Amino acid sequence: MRPRNVQEKIGFFVLKLCAGLVVLILGMILHDIVSKGWRQVNWTFLTAAPSMGMTEGGIFPAIMGTFLVTVITAVCAVPLGMGCAIYLNEYAGDNKVTRLIRMSIRNLSGVPSIVYGLFGVVLFVNLLGLGTSLLAAGMTLGLLTLPWTITASEEALKNVPQSYRDGALALGATKWKALKTNVLPYAIPGMLTGTILGLARAAGETAPILFTGAAFFLPFLPRSLSDQFMALPYHLYIMATQHHDLEKVRPIAYGTALVLIALILAMNLFAIALRYKLRKLKKE
Amino acid sequence: MNREHIKIKVKDFNFFYGEEQALKNVAMDIYKNEVIGIIGPSGCGKSTFLRSLNRMNDVIPGVKYEGTVTLDGKNIFAHGIDVVDIRRKVGMVFQKSNPFPKSVFDNVAYGLRINGEKNKDVIAEKVEKSLMGAALWGEVKDRLSASAFDLSGGQQQRLCIARALAVEPEVLLMDEPASALDPTATSKIEELIQELKKNYTIVIVTHNMQQAARISDYTAFFMMGELIEYDVAGKVFTNPSKKITEEYITGRFG
Ligand SMILES: Nc1ncnc2c1ncn2[C@@H]1O[C@H](COP(=O)(O)OP(=O)(O)OP(=O)(O)O)[C@@H](O)[C@H]1O
Ligand SMILES: [Mg+2]
Repeated sequence: MRPRNVQEKIGFFVLKLCAGLVVLILGMILHDIVSKGWRQVNWTFLTAAPSMGMTEGGIFPAIMGTFLVTVITAVCAVPLGMGCAIYLNEYAGDNKVTRLIRMSIRNLSGVPSIVYGLFGVVLFVNLLGLGTSLLAAGMTLGLLTLPWTITASEEALKNVPQSYRDGALALGATKWKALKTNVLPYAIPGMLTGTILGLARAAGETAPILFTGAAFFLPFLPRSLSDQFMALPYHLYIMATQHHDLEKVRPIAYGTALVLIALILAMNLFAIALRYKLRKLKKE
Repeated sequence: MNREHIKIKVKDFNFFYGEEQALKNVAMDIYKNEVIGIIGPSGCGKSTFLRSLNRMNDVIPGVKYEGTVTLDGKNIFAHGIDVVDIRRKVGMVFQKSNPFPKSVFDNVAYGLRINGEKNKDVIAEKVEKSLMGAALWGEVKDRLSASAFDLSGGQQQRLCIARALAVEPEVLLMDEPASALDPTATSKIEELIQELKKNYTIVIVTHNMQQAARISDYTAFFMMGELIEYDVAGKVFTNPSKKITEEYITGRFG
């Protein structure tokens, strides 16, 4: 073999190793959680509230809490994010102000989630007087997802060819009509994909809900938007580090982790399936 | 021929992309039911001129214009003019055919629907008429619900023509509609243009001298943003008044 060939082989091997390592680590984490958690996950675990000082029972309130807070997050972030993206991409043009806005949005997505949590306490819990509640936590998570939603939505709008807009305008469509009938229908799947990925990230966050609405223990479900709630990530955090009998509740912690991961994975898979479908549509 | 009625009158028209001037002092009378061929080297402002006639240049940020373009005597740049109305009267077929990702039928029906037509029978009737007008009906009548992307390149371009015809414009602007097509498809489009001029005023950009000579009644030669020569096609191609026009049409540059 010539030396160049050898070099290439080695380079290729190293790259393969890197990729393999990533998969291996992910596999190990999943294996650890699944092997230690799957025995815990049964019908009672999914449908009962914690009992006996959270050493027995299930995690139903936490599942419902995470579900509800994610719905509120979506309700806050999706319209605002899509509206913002539509304005930025279709109406605002490219100038100093919009560049500044875009830069701020990109930087926002890098802000640590605990900072969002503190911001949520100041703005929603105190200033707006929402108290520690489902609504305050949902809005805080909404803020966290907003940069994702906006960026993904703008990307989706950019992917719709300019010729669709021009073609519609040349036929006598107003700008809004062209947008509504010949741009948005092709952008929405892409917008949703990014948004769901953002929501999946929000659903797994602990820091932003820590001070804004998540409860240590509640045997019942929230009855209104101003109630506190239990959430899977926070419950996991407690079971893993804060409980008085850590050894005893370890299986519950693993079970909770498994449910949380399954939930987020399902959301991501859904987003990927949507993107896949979108790509196929585009090729037609 | 009807040389009485001036459909579009361009006067003292200047156009700028930011600081760069793309059209200089253009003046042109476009008569009703005639085919105006626009020729000139690449970058001379043909597309810019065409897009000025239905104000599609408005879409580009940072453009400026001076002078007037009148359609049936009304300045299309005047304050209070409804751009949407102008574009409905002055249809456009783009250089690169741009079917929408919809069915053949829905492509042609699009303009009708956004303009408020709801009656299904009226839409179906006009779609058929437009496809016939664009000489495409025979080829697609059995697959109206197929995706427009399944058509061949030439069929897609004729679909775009049908789509423009469906809203019943008075003027049709075409930016090199045959540039990406093979000779058969091209001659189909040329025949079509001869047919269409009975009902429409047509302004067409082309890079192909023979084509311009074949199809246009009037020919306009642009260079570096200026309208160098504008006359009856026969005159421009056999006895141009400017030396530079002759050099261009005989292929000595450009
Ligand atoms: N969107 C734009 N922004 C800035 N300048 C532009 C834009 N479009 C065209 N121009 C410039 O205006 C001049 C005329 O362009 P135009 O597209 O009208 O030429 P054309 O005659 O249609 O050329 P071609 O035959 O290559 O299509 C060129 O110098 C071009 O660079
Ligand atoms: Mg051009």
